[in-house]
Amino acid sequence: MNYDRILIRYGEISTKGKNRNRFINQLKMNIKESLTGLSAVKIEAGRDRMHIYLQNPNEVDHIISRLKPIFGIQSFSPVVKTAANLTEMKEQAVKLVESLAHEQATFKVSARRADKSFPLDTNELNREISSYVLNNVNGLIVEMKNPEIELVTEVREEGVYLSAQKIPGAGGMPIGASNKASLMLSGGLDSPVAGFHMMKRGVEVEAIHFHSPPFTSEQSKQKVRKLAAQLAGYSGRVKLHIVPFTAIQQAIQKQVPENYTMTSTRRMMLKIADVIRENTGSKALVTGESLGQVASQTLESMQAINAVTATPVLRPLITMDKTEIIEVAKEIGTYDLSILPYEDCCTIFTPASPKTKPKLDKVVFYESFIDFELLIQEAVNGTKAEIITPNTLFAESSEAFSDLF
Amino acid sequence: MIYLDNSATTKPSKEVLASFMTVTEDYYGNPSSLHGFGSTAAILLDKARAQAAAIIGAKKDEIIFTSGGTEANNLAIKGITESLKHKGNHIITTQIEHPSVWNVYKELEQKGFKLSILQVGKDGRISLNQLKQLLSKETILVSIMHVNNETGTIQPIEEAGELIKTFSSAYFHVDAVQSFGKIPVNVNQSTVDLLSISAHKFHGMKGTGLLYKSMKAPLLAQVAGGNQENGLRSGTQNVAGAVAMAKAMREGTEQSNSRHIEGLKKQLIQFFSNSPFTSMVTPEEFSAPHIINVSVPGLKGEVIVNALEKEGIIVSTTSACSSKNAEVSRTIQAMGYSHKIAKGSVRISMAHTTTQLEIEQLQKAWSSEIPSLLKGINY
Repeated sequence: MNYDRILIRYGEISTKGKNRNRFINQLKMNIKESLTGLSAVKIEAGRDRMHIYLQNPNEVDHIISRLKPIFGIQSFSPVVKTAANLTEMKEQAVKLVESLAHEQATFKVSARRADKSFPLDTNELNREISSYVLNNVNGLIVEMKNPEIELVTEVREEGVYLSAQKIPGAGGMPIGASNKASLMLSGGLDSPVAGFHMMKRGVEVEAIHFHSPPFTSEQSKQKVRKLAAQLAGYSGRVKLHIVPFTAIQQAIQKQVPENYTMTSTRRMMLKIADVIRENTGSKALVTGESLGQVASQTLESMQAINAVTATPVLRPLITMDKTEIIEVAKEIGTYDLSILPYEDCCTIFTPASPKTKPKLDKVVFYESFIDFELLIQEAVNGTKAEIITPNTLFAESSEAFSDLF
Repeated sequence: MIYLDNSATTKPSKEVLASFMTVTEDYYGNPSSLHGFGSTAAILLDKARAQAAAIIGAKKDEIIFTSGGTEANNLAIKGITESLKHKGNHIITTQIEHPSVWNVYKELEQKGFKLSILQVGKDGRISLNQLKQLLSKETILVSIMHVNNETGTIQPIEEAGELIKTFSSAYFHVDAVQSFGKIPVNVNQSTVDLLSISAHKFHGMKGTGLLYKSMKAPLLAQVAGGNQENGLRSGTQNVAGAVAMAKAMREGTEQSNSRHIEGLKKQLIQFFSNSPFTSMVTPEEFSAPHIINVSVPGLKGEVIVNALEKEGIIVSTTSACSSKNAEVSRTIQAMGYSHKIAKGSVRISMAHTTTQLEIEQLQKAWSSEIPSLLKGINY
């Protein structure tokens, strides 16, 4: 099809008041960035809709696939432009519907006439175009309510716009419009999903991962990089901080009674994450905790762990069931990565029976025998940050071994 | 030696062999192992899969590595019929398939499937009309080879696929073992559900091949074990072979200079057409650029093979797989040629490395050796 433009409908942005322009501009920027590598396009952002003017109609499929994961888009439609001439309109309408039709597809025409000088009125347009399309495309069934193919025909002074597809967008808010938060990314199923939910609300996410060699392997680090790359598919990039955590885990094992080691470990992670958050200008911490899922995720545990900081700790999955989380993980493509069987810092040193109702004063007392502040500082200093894009790993792996292929 | 039996097998290219050696020596880990060394092998296998998929227009998950064309054909045919036997009992193939397809269909017929066989014309091509008439609601699988291994005839795969999808809900299997690397093979947006490829036919290593299986094709595994290849083909993967095949596929599509062998083929057709005692079996139209089947009625193909080998030129009778059987070619008889022609046929199959000089030497040897064999024979 010779598409002329793509029409984009906003999601929740439309309900915003004073900040609306900021959100719209952010969305425009995000879209522009997502289209890098394709022919330059002009984007015109209005109050309720945005138009992408295509320079190369052959790229429409690429553009569609890149628009799908962008938050802040409710839906979008590729649009064909024709001259205000009934014969041409009919032909283009048939081509357009044909490219989408299948056996028994339901169909209707919705004409709008902004240019009142056009000789046919809306009803006549509906009738003329639909009868022509029905005669020339096989297998269509007319259906007025919720048809699969609604051929929207807008007659304007500068031309006629035809569109027949309403592609659902990712919804949510444009990323970057609501500041930045730091996600604790373990490598399990939950934390990437938590990151995804934050992104969907327009939050830019930086990820923090705790690495404990040799207890955790190079592959487990690689897995986290892949997860970050998968999340970067939504935001263009994710900054990943990898914290060396071995010394702290060993110190905890040595000093803290076994059933409190888990609580203490989580407290140290949160403390470190909070320092990194502060250094990077994030406003909140994000975890993949879901209430009652494991010992560290009871309300008592959260109380004892959360006590190390006054920074908001956001837990977007707190009320979700595991099955619901898995569903999202599959949808966003992190499931297959998360289930790879590598030890992470949360699964090693797991005590046989961790406290599900730890007492804050006790854990503080146990920790008081070691200078954790020093160890934390060392861990923060040893942290390595890396910008991960959806292509980072692909590029790395396509370079590796290239002589063999 | 002038090697003109490239349809039987090819010489691995130096680059392919180098990849095979490097992977075998340096990355011999098991791709299913957890450790980094095994993971490296898994990365190599994954890259081989991605490259193979990209070259034939498939998705990575649609590639199943096998031990070669025979296994790919067996897996495709048995795997589909087993999973769909409750949906229908009818299967269709052609008279001229390779034994690794033909014998599987014969086996299925013995097991109770209703087998229809597509006839071919003098040009070796199936009749689309017959296919259309045979297709029914009961049909679950159709196998049609892309390029025939004995005569080089190209089948109308696209048109056949259209018919299969319009007049039945059958799956479509294509044996592309002889076509890949010689004529374009691409499954993207095609009606082909299953497609077999074998590496040693295009300068890869023996013992490696692949089956393309579209996402929607319901295949049942035929080998039980450690569930490698997505559960569809258990057994430790041949990583070195897969990497070498991916390289051979790239080389085969990049440097396949079909115009060069096309020219040599034209020259040979001209040569044989001018010879009073030979008849061409390979049709001039709709045939692959690398195979020429020609017959000397009155002689046995075997005698021609021996005579040419004495002059250092390697050609073959029919397909390598059946050339040791005393029977004459099923394919050539199916095309309506006499028993005499079928018996006297030889196959000359070229590669992109075949030179003009080699073809001239073949012509010279043919002219000097063959006529004397015919003394006393009435042709």
